[in-house]
Amino acid sequence: MNSETSFKRPALLAAVLIVLIALPLIADATGYSAMTSLATRILIYGIAAASLNLVLGYGGLVSFGHAAFFGIGGYVVGILYQHYSLEEPLFGFIPGTNQMLITLPAAILISGLAAAAIGALSLRTGGVQFIMITLAFAQMLFFLFVSLKTYGGDDGLIIRRTNELPGLNMRDKQTVYYVCLFITVAFFALLWRIVNSRFGKVLVGLRQSEKRMAAIGLPAYRYRLTAFIISGMGCGLAGALMANFMRFASPDMMHWTKSGELMVMVILGGVGTLFGPLIGAAVFIVLETTLAAWTENWQLALGFILLFVVLYTQGGVQALILRLKGKR
Amino acid sequence: MTQPILNVRGLVKRFGGLLATDHVDLTVQPGEIHALIGPNGAGKTTLISQLMGELKPNEGTVELAGQSLDVLPTAQRVGLGLARTFQITCLLPDYTVLDNVALAVQVRQGHSFRFWKNVRADGSLRDEAATFLTGTGLEPRADELVANLSHGEQKQLELAVALATRPRLLLLDEPMAGLGHAESQQMIETLRGLKNQVSMLLVEHDMDAVFALADRISVLVYGRVIASGSVDDIRQNPEVRTAYLGEGDELC
Repeated sequence: MNSETSFKRPALLAAVLIVLIALPLIADATGYSAMTSLATRILIYGIAAASLNLVLGYGGLVSFGHAAFFGIGGYVVGILYQHYSLEEPLFGFIPGTNQMLITLPAAILISGLAAAAIGALSLRTGGVQFIMITLAFAQMLFFLFVSLKTYGGDDGLIIRRTNELPGLNMRDKQTVYYVCLFITVAFFALLWRIVNSRFGKVLVGLRQSEKRMAAIGLPAYRYRLTAFIISGMGCGLAGALMANFMRFASPDMMHWTKSGELMVMVILGGVGTLFGPLIGAAVFIVLETTLAAWTENWQLALGFILLFVVLYTQGGVQALILRLKGKR
Repeated sequence: MTQPILNVRGLVKRFGGLLATDHVDLTVQPGEIHALIGPNGAGKTTLISQLMGELKPNEGTVELAGQSLDVLPTAQRVGLGLARTFQITCLLPDYTVLDNVALAVQVRQGHSFRFWKNVRADGSLRDEAATFLTGTGLEPRADELVANLSHGEQKQLELAVALATRPRLLLLDEPMAGLGHAESQQMIETLRGLKNQVSMLLVEHDMDAVFALADRISVLVYGRVIASGSVDDIRQNPEVRTAYLGEGDELC
């Protein structure tokens, strides 16, 4: 599998890591200090896309609602911050906080619970129904937060200051970048273990043939649900980081177009590969930034590029369809 | 009489107006090979799917060694010692031969909620999986992707994967279908060698194989068992001759 070979190239990986560590310094030296912000967004979207890829690429389950968990992660940070700044506890007993060591685990936990609920219902279906039902759940959450005036409604929630980490100056963009980089490295190391574990093997087996897995005695549902929950937690983590980075959480984070963007990143980078989604996120964000500078209809150009990737590369939508077929 | 390993009573399956399984009674005794024969469309594969729990019968009960399987899903039936091979091979094409067997061993060993240890570095798992390939033609092909195997090799792998679940009863859905003469002979020898380890329900069109292997034969026509007995009984049964064996002669 690709996942293994990509970690069998430790030299390349180390080189990429060194570049990522040196990036803020390079950015400052060359005068492109915006590069650090760009890279931070890439890392965060990379985590979200890689999480989606666990169910989409490895599990063969096309979820069109992963922005929901991304948004939940963001809102956990935003809501906790609001209660912290207003000094009134949430539901009357949960105190707000601006400590990242609390908000991130809370975001992961809450998005995991949401994924458990949504996954438990959605995974009773398959194929196109699964796509539609995950989309429906995400849109329900989107409209819930749009109408939630307490937390800004469709204007979103402004987080005046990035969450604090003991001993670090989180107002510094470079520090935020390094925190995100550290979390990204830890996240991908964890994901690498998961996809090569017994669990990962079963998950990929289910993608290839559910019938075969049942015939060797494997109950599919609980493994798929677990993968869905892990995936939701990853997206929640990414959402929480994004809310910290943007200092803003809004319903747009869980709009269906965001789910689509995550999917595009996965497809651009390579479905069912470990680092593909991170590469896809980089390509997507860089394209978005450069194309948007030329024209406001940058999606059109992106569409053509996506078409090219899908039609002429190995592992684009073609591989996705094969996987869907293999699964059915 | 000893308790049968498989006991099917009054099994009925309807697809709309079509009666695919018509009050089937069937037993397999421990250690025996019970062959199920019948013309195309007689409902043999449908019957196997119901035994495995992949299809839900409308009526009737299925017992494995005295334990009712009726409400159990496929995965639990496998846990109790039921395994099948597929007529149209159903394997994991992106995995290697050894991986396919290792996964069956892994699932038999217990749950797969293990997220940390690299499964391909798990020596005990791979060693045990390799034992199911020894003596088969697949031994030198262990690291080949299943997608690159020939049809005959895939049929052999189907059997190896099923055996890796350590079944008490093996449901074989046309294991010789599509095999050449030499491959068929090899498969017959393999199955004969397994006879003392596992009971088998053998669905097969190849009459040479059936007569070579079976202890008892049941004949299924239009979803109904029209005869059941020893090899000689079935050979001489006039009803069977017209319904099945004779039909072939006339066509030739």
